[in-house]
Amino acid sequence: MKILVPVKRVIDFNVKPRVKSDGSGVDLANVKMSMNPFDEIAVEEAVRLKEAGKASEILVVSIGVKQAQETLRTALAMGADRAILVTASEDVHQDVEPLAVARILKAVAEAEKPDLVIAGKQAIDNDMNAVGQMLAALLGWSQASFASSLTLEEGHASVVREVDGGLQTVRVKLPAVITADLRLNEPRYASLPNIMKAKKKPLEEKTPADYGVDASPRLTILKTAEPPSRKAGIKVGSVDELISKLKTEAGVI
Amino acid sequence: MDAKIQRERMDYDVVIVGAGPAGLSAAIRLKQLDPELSVVLLEKGSEVGAHILSGAVLDLCGLEALLPDWRERGAPLGVEVEQDEFRLLTRTKSLRIPNWPMPPMMSNHGKRIVSMGLVCRWMAAQAEALGVEIFPGMSCSEIVRGERGEVRGVVAGEFGKRADGTPGPHYEPGMEILGKYVFLAEGARGSLSKELIASFDLSRGHEPQKFGLGMKEVWRLDPAKHRQGAATHSMGWPLGRKAGGGGFLYHAEGGELFLGFVVHLNYKNPYLHPYLEFQDFKRHPFVAELLEGGERLVYGARAISEGGWQSIPKLTAPGAVLLGCSAGLVNVPRIKGNHNAMLSGIAAAEAAHAAIRAGRSGDELTAYEADLRSGPIAQDLKKGRNVKPLWTRFGLTGALGLGGLDMWAASLTGRNLFGSLSHGGTDAAATEPAAGHKPIDYPRPDGKLAFDRLTNVAFAFTNHEESQPAHLKLKDPALPLSRSLPEFAEPAQRYCPAGVYEVLDEPSGPRFQINFQNCVHCKTCDVKDPLQNILWTTPQGGEGPNYPNM
Repeated sequence: MKILVPVKRVIDFNVKPRVKSDGSGVDLANVKMSMNPFDEIAVEEAVRLKEAGKASEILVVSIGVKQAQETLRTALAMGADRAILVTASEDVHQDVEPLAVARILKAVAEAEKPDLVIAGKQAIDNDMNAVGQMLAALLGWSQASFASSLTLEEGHASVVREVDGGLQTVRVKLPAVITADLRLNEPRYASLPNIMKAKKKPLEEKTPADYGVDASPRLTILKTAEPPSRKAGIKVGSVDELISKLKTEAGVI
Repeated sequence: MDAKIQRERMDYDVVIVGAGPAGLSAAIRLKQLDPELSVVLLEKGSEVGAHILSGAVLDLCGLEALLPDWRERGAPLGVEVEQDEFRLLTRTKSLRIPNWPMPPMMSNHGKRIVSMGLVCRWMAAQAEALGVEIFPGMSCSEIVRGERGEVRGVVAGEFGKRADGTPGPHYEPGMEILGKYVFLAEGARGSLSKELIASFDLSRGHEPQKFGLGMKEVWRLDPAKHRQGAATHSMGWPLGRKAGGGGFLYHAEGGELFLGFVVHLNYKNPYLHPYLEFQDFKRHPFVAELLEGGERLVYGARAISEGGWQSIPKLTAPGAVLLGCSAGLVNVPRIKGNHNAMLSGIAAAEAAHAAIRAGRSGDELTAYEADLRSGPIAQDLKKGRNVKPLWTRFGLTGALGLGGLDMWAASLTGRNLFGSLSHGGTDAAATEPAAGHKPIDYPRPDGKLAFDRLTNVAFAFTNHEESQPAHLKLKDPALPLSRSLPEFAEPAQRYCPAGVYEVLDEPSGPRFQINFQNCVHCKTCDVKDPLQNILWTTPQGGEGPNYPNM
């Protein structure tokens, strides 16, 4: 079984994002970038399936700027076998939109014929939560999003999904697109020996044109603003005062 | 260490610990001398530059020697200093000290205002293009010794220990990275450098190393107030007689201001709060007026070596050498060290290349030590060697007056008036018992100019996985409460610029807490703890601050 895992290079989760002074987006100049944490979980799940003998090959794909090569090397160090980088943007501030990403991934899937796509449920930069679902629709495959557990059976996958009310178990026919939620697993470290070995693993470079996709943006960002800063707390003297403030000032009860 | 741990090994010609200006210069020069040499560079920061913090006004002599075509290679060398001033601050006034009585070596004209973080990233790209293998996110936690006791290499990349130190579910033992020579370029008070200096007794016959704590913020200024190329250094208020040190304001490119403050760590009063002195500095009208309408973008801190010429330890041990601030090559009166770091990397590379070509390995690179003690680094450091000891003895006026005279004499005649003055004891030993001092009342940060410590630490973008053992170790866990608190009012609560150490008042009595997650890897605790009970060791790789352009 072949597994395809898309990975995205995003602002590191430790960095406090800052909006550019012109409000056009988040300032990424010199900012630490890393693999989207949900994508790390997806890579980890694929590697575990391979280690368990259930998968034979893991292909990782990143669509974005040239520097996403580092992200792919990390995925290769975690245990993926080969990588494809689709350079779809020259500018780190130009995000590639979900529909373009899904279309490119569809083309990759048609060329590579994986049995399973495991993606992160969303990227922590724009929180769109769209690519996995779009990809399943474009391919006409089954999908199971927000997976917190994945079990492969003959021709099927059994997935526990994290839904609002609790956990939902679904069984989907393969090929399928699964999107990984936080509790699916805890990703391993990319170890030094594996990082050294990853430098020798194959990494192919492509462009959207190679897949016949136009990746130019269709959405316009009108404004990006930081959330208002939180006001300092106050100490109340009594329960009565607390209740009255909750009623009159906070307006929550 | 657990004897059962099996590690993969990898052999190189030269192993370099630390991707700062010294380590990167060494890597580049090695490959320039012989492209066939295998050179590996290990860096604990998540990426090159993530742990670099420097002013910085860069003297280009090091870079000119290393990569004379830096201009064509697109080096991010910021802007040239066009206005260079020293100011003496009183509580409300700021007096410009004229430039003419300053020794020529103090001039910053023609130097560059740079972010060393960005310079190091660019240097890393140059090094990789030459074939240097750079592995960021890999901490070097141990020195590996050979059969004769010589340094053979380091353990790098150990991950995933549980809080009790045992291997967790994702444990990675790391690798033994071995080399014919190991270059330690960890910066001031590096953990392996400290171990090397101790185990080979490299400080014997030399003055103790002295340190300062440098704190820095990057601000985006109101464009009307930004004067690109202006560099100001200040002395006096708010430290006054409490401690040596001073501030810097560098108007960098892109409308940014590099604003910083250094406190010499040989201060006596354990109630002194270096971080709040820095925040107070920003309230001086001269600074406050400049910052109004601006925005703080980044915060960070780092210990700086200040011992200068007298404190440079022996630089070589069998199989290993100390580079840059692992050796302590900062020139205090010039407020610069990056150029010497680069020159030391070049000198070590040249010595190692010659040795390897002669078939040697694992011995002492004495040619490196000889070069450093007679070449340009020595000439640079010798001139200013008495400023810091004079500052310690006679305060700011001593440093300015007598130190200035001494530097003039050294510049004109090649000899220092005072010979080579002693520093006295270590910074830890300088701390006096709290009983002889009064607590200092600092104004509360207003959240506009001055920020409380924890708010500011969020702008160092630091992180450490909580499930691992604290990398800040206490030799005796009882000492903070049994002695540090009653005798010294536990100064760790104050000298740590990241608020790592807390004494919490609890119903059962005081409790000492180490919030190691906040650590910005400045090493001040390791330097200043009066009982020398706190050990800074390296956490797993990729952790600590994520400075964008410090």
